[in-house]
Amino acid sequence: MRKSLTALAVCLSAIGLAAPAHAELTGTLQKIKESGSITVGHRESSVPFSYLDADQKPVGYAMDLCAKVVDAVKSELKMPNLQVKYQAVTSQNRIPLMQNGTIDLECGSTTNSVARQQQVGFSVHYFITSVRMAVRKDSGIKDIGDLNGKPVATTTGTTSDALIKQNEKGKHIDVKNIYGKDHADSFLMVESGRAAAFVMDDILLAGLIANSKNPSDFAIVGPSLRDEPYGVMLRKDDAPFKALVDKTLIGLMKSGEAEKLYTKWFMNPIPPRNVNLNFPMSPALKAAFASPSDKGVE
Amino acid sequence: MNYHWDWQFFFQEADDGLKYYEWVISGLGWTTAVSLASLAVALLLGSVLGVMRTTPKRWLVAVGDTYVDLFRNIPLIVQLFLWFFVVPELVPDKIGIWMKQDLPYIVTAVVGLGLYTAARIAEQVKSGINALPRGQRFAGLALGFTEWQTYRYVRLPMAYRIVLPALTSESMNIFKNSAVTYAVGILELYFQYKQIIEKTSQVLEITIVVTLAYFMLAFVMNRMLAFVEKRTRVPGLISGTGGK
Amino acid sequence: MSDFDFSVITANWHFLAEGLRYTLQVTVTAMIGGIIIGTLLALMRLSSNKPLQWFAAGYVNFFRSVPLVQVILAVYLILPLLLQFLTGKMIPIGAENSAYFTFTIFEAAYYSEIMRSGIQSVPRGQIGAGYALGFTYGQTMRLVVLPQAFRNMLPVLLTQTIVLFQDVSLVYAIGATDFFGAADKITQRDLRPVEMYTTVAVVYFIICFALSRLVKRLQARIAIIR
Repeated sequence: MRKSLTALAVCLSAIGLAAPAHAELTGTLQKIKESGSITVGHRESSVPFSYLDADQKPVGYAMDLCAKVVDAVKSELKMPNLQVKYQAVTSQNRIPLMQNGTIDLECGSTTNSVARQQQVGFSVHYFITSVRMAVRKDSGIKDIGDLNGKPVATTTGTTSDALIKQNEKGKHIDVKNIYGKDHADSFLMVESGRAAAFVMDDILLAGLIANSKNPSDFAIVGPSLRDEPYGVMLRKDDAPFKALVDKTLIGLMKSGEAEKLYTKWFMNPIPPRNVNLNFPMSPALKAAFASPSDKGVE
Repeated sequence: MNYHWDWQFFFQEADDGLKYYEWVISGLGWTTAVSLASLAVALLLGSVLGVMRTTPKRWLVAVGDTYVDLFRNIPLIVQLFLWFFVVPELVPDKIGIWMKQDLPYIVTAVVGLGLYTAARIAEQVKSGINALPRGQRFAGLALGFTEWQTYRYVRLPMAYRIVLPALTSESMNIFKNSAVTYAVGILELYFQYKQIIEKTSQVLEITIVVTLAYFMLAFVMNRMLAFVEKRTRVPGLISGTGGK
Repeated sequence: MSDFDFSVITANWHFLAEGLRYTLQVTVTAMIGGIIIGTLLALMRLSSNKPLQWFAAGYVNFFRSVPLVQVILAVYLILPLLLQFLTGKMIPIGAENSAYFTFTIFEAAYYSEIMRSGIQSVPRGQIGAGYALGFTYGQTMRLVVLPQAFRNMLPVLLTQTIVLFQDVSLVYAIGATDFFGAADKITQRDLRPVEMYTTVAVVYFIICFALSRLVKRLQARIAIIR
């Protein structure tokens, strides 16, 4: 029901967008038109979605998708010379920066949750992740239950910290939460032995492990604590802009281009160190591509 | 402005079962704890260093001067990161592992902030001692005091009173500087500020509340030290009459 | 220690240098802007106009009571909301520009206190002398009092600027790429904290140590001339 409604909304807006000359621009599109620039919010260590390459330029799967969105904005507004600005964001400041107009779309690894939808909007999902944990192989930790009494790293402001408690096996154990300021920082805590595990989206963990000094020292273990969809973050209640973003992304998914981009970033060597994440497309993601959705998790 | 004011959220429950206002209060507690503990470290070490730099012993002066140069010329946040990320890797493995796993973070933060502030206190203490007429030391020595006793009974009691206004402002600074310890995982007020922004995005309300909280800390500290200053004022000295 | 990898630094020195340049730009901007605004605040504080006095005292006490790192974040998030309220449009500022603004208004409070004691260090007779020459208030301040106040306080102003130079490292809280922010970003990606943070500490130390020695010398020279 929800999906078909979304599809309907997309179609309706697409019809509306077909005749932009008559329609008054509103929201983000109006802002972009007036300022002559669009600001893309990006992350700095969300490998391989949005991170800094060897020249400290933001790159990644989400950045490539957003580049297509920016192209669509250019042709929509007939502004081929639209200036594209980049602004690094963190998990703490991305929502306020979206609300105060500093960024126009955020391309990273932001989970679309119902709680966040109170404050911002999301495009259709371009990735589905599972929350699991990264541990050192020599720690012997295999499951949530093994974490009892151990320090566990979590990145503040992300959705993972409450999940251990919600898991059946995690109910009766006590962990000592320690806080990293970013994913790389939390991972460093595991690497350096400060924390026993880092609970996070599995793909981000895979990216961090691939980039570490000795990738073979680490493993991703445990059951999925939750599946979470990623979407491009937008301003809330901005239907015309959301319609344009969704139309672009759905187009990429239907044409197979999104899958090519997926292969480029998840199944091939990626900068800056030419490591290969070898992270095949999950059935959940295949389903998400087949029938795009923007329904957030609870 | 289409900002959606909402003061109610402070009474809503956060992920961990506490309410947001309880996050603020707990942050306030950690800020106070880190600041006071660091202040104690800084006063103790800063006094020792300050005294060392006024002794006739060349090498003691050199050690004190080097310390002050080193700790005043590196930004606080960099110093904290050195203590937290770099030092444990440079010491022998066993100690490094202990520092990383068993040593509570607050200790690292207090040591970092304390050592940083000690350099500033050492400057104040030194200038306080140097502000005293040389005759005070000679008088002490003439009474048969040892060098140490001239410090203990003659020069330090005077020097501290002279520099109390400067120490007051350092004590207030330490509360502000403690905000930087968020970067090494201390859940103090600024950390909670950032976290509440992330969870609720009610930027204006939380900024007002946290700013007021810092005001209150600065004010309380200022009044307490003003009281100390008043009680220990040296009659007849110009520096002893300025109460503010 | 044995695996201290210098290549992490050589591979990224360009990015670090960019960061250092930004740090210097913020420092110089905030120094110039801060001294100008600070001097105005000091004049207000010393004027006989009560509301002006209150305003200046309130401004200074406000910024001296709150942590800089909190002001940096608050301005970054709130300034665009304020501009939107005033202009009705969303005006993106960006972390880099926001920091220029924050440091200027924040440091003004500190510079103002220095300038205030500088102005107070000028003998009262000088003001009388200015008026006796037929100068207006503005002329007396501009041509007689402020040059002397500035000169007397030069070492203190410069010492404050060294503190400011170090404080710019706090813009890392909003993700701007200053010198420290650049090092931190490389650490995030390459996971080499030991190399990066040590390098940052050494460079900061060299710069600040050299500058503070220069200030000391200047102080000695000024003291003799006086």
